[in-house]
Amino acid sequence: MSFEISHVWKSFLHKREAQAVLRDVTMTVDPGEFVSLIGHSGCGKSTLLNALGGLTAPDAGAITLDGEAVTGPSPDRAMVFQSYSLLPMLSLVRNVEAAVKSARRDWSRERVTAGTEKYLRAVGLWEAKDKKPHQVSGGMQQRCAVARAFAVEPRALLLDEPFGALDALTRSRLQGHLVDLWTNDSETELVVMVTHGIDEAILLSDRIVVMSNPPGPSVCEVIPVDISRPRDRVSIVDHPEFRAVQERLLALLRRDDQRQEAA
Amino acid sequence: MTSVEVEPSVRVPVIADAERPAVESAVTTEAPWLEPPPLPKGAGRAQRMASSLFWGALGFVALGAIWQFASLRATTLPGPFATLSTTRELLANAFAKDGPAGQGIGLQLLESLGRVFKGFAMAAVVGIPFGFLIGTMPRFWKMCNPVIQLLRPVSPLAWFPIWLTILVKADPAAVWVIFITALWPTVINTAAGAASVPEQEHDVARVFRFSRWAEMRHIVVPHALPSVITGLRLSMGVAWMVIVAAEMLSAASGIGFFVWQSYNGPGLSYVLSAILLIGVIGVALDLAFLAVQRKLIPEVRS
Repeated sequence: MSFEISHVWKSFLHKREAQAVLRDVTMTVDPGEFVSLIGHSGCGKSTLLNALGGLTAPDAGAITLDGEAVTGPSPDRAMVFQSYSLLPMLSLVRNVEAAVKSARRDWSRERVTAGTEKYLRAVGLWEAKDKKPHQVSGGMQQRCAVARAFAVEPRALLLDEPFGALDALTRSRLQGHLVDLWTNDSETELVVMVTHGIDEAILLSDRIVVMSNPPGPSVCEVIPVDISRPRDRVSIVDHPEFRAVQERLLALLRRDDQRQEAA
Repeated sequence: MTSVEVEPSVRVPVIADAERPAVESAVTTEAPWLEPPPLPKGAGRAQRMASSLFWGALGFVALGAIWQFASLRATTLPGPFATLSTTRELLANAFAKDGPAGQGIGLQLLESLGRVFKGFAMAAVVGIPFGFLIGTMPRFWKMCNPVIQLLRPVSPLAWFPIWLTILVKADPAAVWVIFITALWPTVINTAAGAASVPEQEHDVARVFRFSRWAEMRHIVVPHALPSVITGLRLSMGVAWMVIVAAEMLSAASGIGFFVWQSYNGPGLSYVLSAILLIGVIGVALDLAFLAVQRKLIPEVRS
């Protein structure tokens, strides 16, 4: 189970000028891998994620999941967005259920109900399951969105800055939920996450893809994170590898910063 | 002023984890009770209400003063006191079958309200679904938008002869004028609301393969609801303004008819009283809509 991304290009019109946001992106996400995309805003990390999700069609190049070309969105590549994007009129449990039902029409009622319960319990929302999204906190809404994504049992999970709008404490708790679900309780093998957070990327990822602004290729470096799992968020900062990766990431992002200022 | 002594925490709990020093500081069990300073003046709800009332009342006093001054200069214009006494008189006979300007003002207002609600309801029934259609189908929008933009700036009263010719009677013609009046704000606001659903919400529907119907029901409608209600509120406001003019044109009843009859008969103090009551009802209608809005959209409250 793996993503193959080869020579992907994507441009957008901006002020009447075509801007190549994705420039010759070639990379793979290997079986069982958690990969983070990091970079300054406008570097195309969200565009790349949307392309993996099939929401944006590349201008050139190919994306395949297990050899199957990605041509449109699919529950096999479930997404979690920064803005939660739950259905406002439905309770949390109905949110998950409705998504599973429509994404997996061939599943039996029992399977839908069981899956819904399993993942809502896993993110600690079973007690609050009958509340509407606007009645719960942002952290709980995002937990629900994560449960919804896992509940359709996707092959790959795509996360677009999933913790960006949350406070630090809630964020760290949700990161824990995410890793637990991915490692223990689900069929989902691949995770690709867009993030701004350097520490978050190191804590969660097996590899970190650093993306940069024009003119170079979009992917400027791929940094492996060789820290064994399970990782502890407190002690990981003492790991020599953590420091090394952190410094490398900071250097790369700062270089991009200076380049932008010079331009 | 009493000073409060803060005792420093005495005990720091020993944490068994030998690897790392404890980062959490101890929580003292007995925190000293701190007396907050009194709230600044005017911070209470009652004070704010009182302040609003006072300044609001002052506004009316100012209006009354200008009015009084104007009526002293132009003697044909009744002053505020004469108008208020006429108003009292009119309200006393609000539901009389006959009077100097036709039936009582209460009955006239009810007639007008009835026409407004009929036309408004028709506009809502047509305008909301139509707004959702053009808001969610970009090509249909491109097709309809120029037509709407052409018709929207036309005064709804310009349609009156057409309705009158088709329907012959003035009463239903006024209702159809209100229909046209209320239609555009309803359609345009509904369409704008339906069209402004963030791309990401649609992406959710695509990823989880929602049917068009489910997407409409669970994503587009809830998202557009505030704009729909805003559109209806605007429609109601304009409809209430237009009904007066429509009834002045040719109706045999209603508040517009009353205003015109008053001009021809008992005089301007009747007209001014009618203006006051039209205003009061307009405010009441708007407040009713605000209440509906608050009830339907709980997020607005926070």
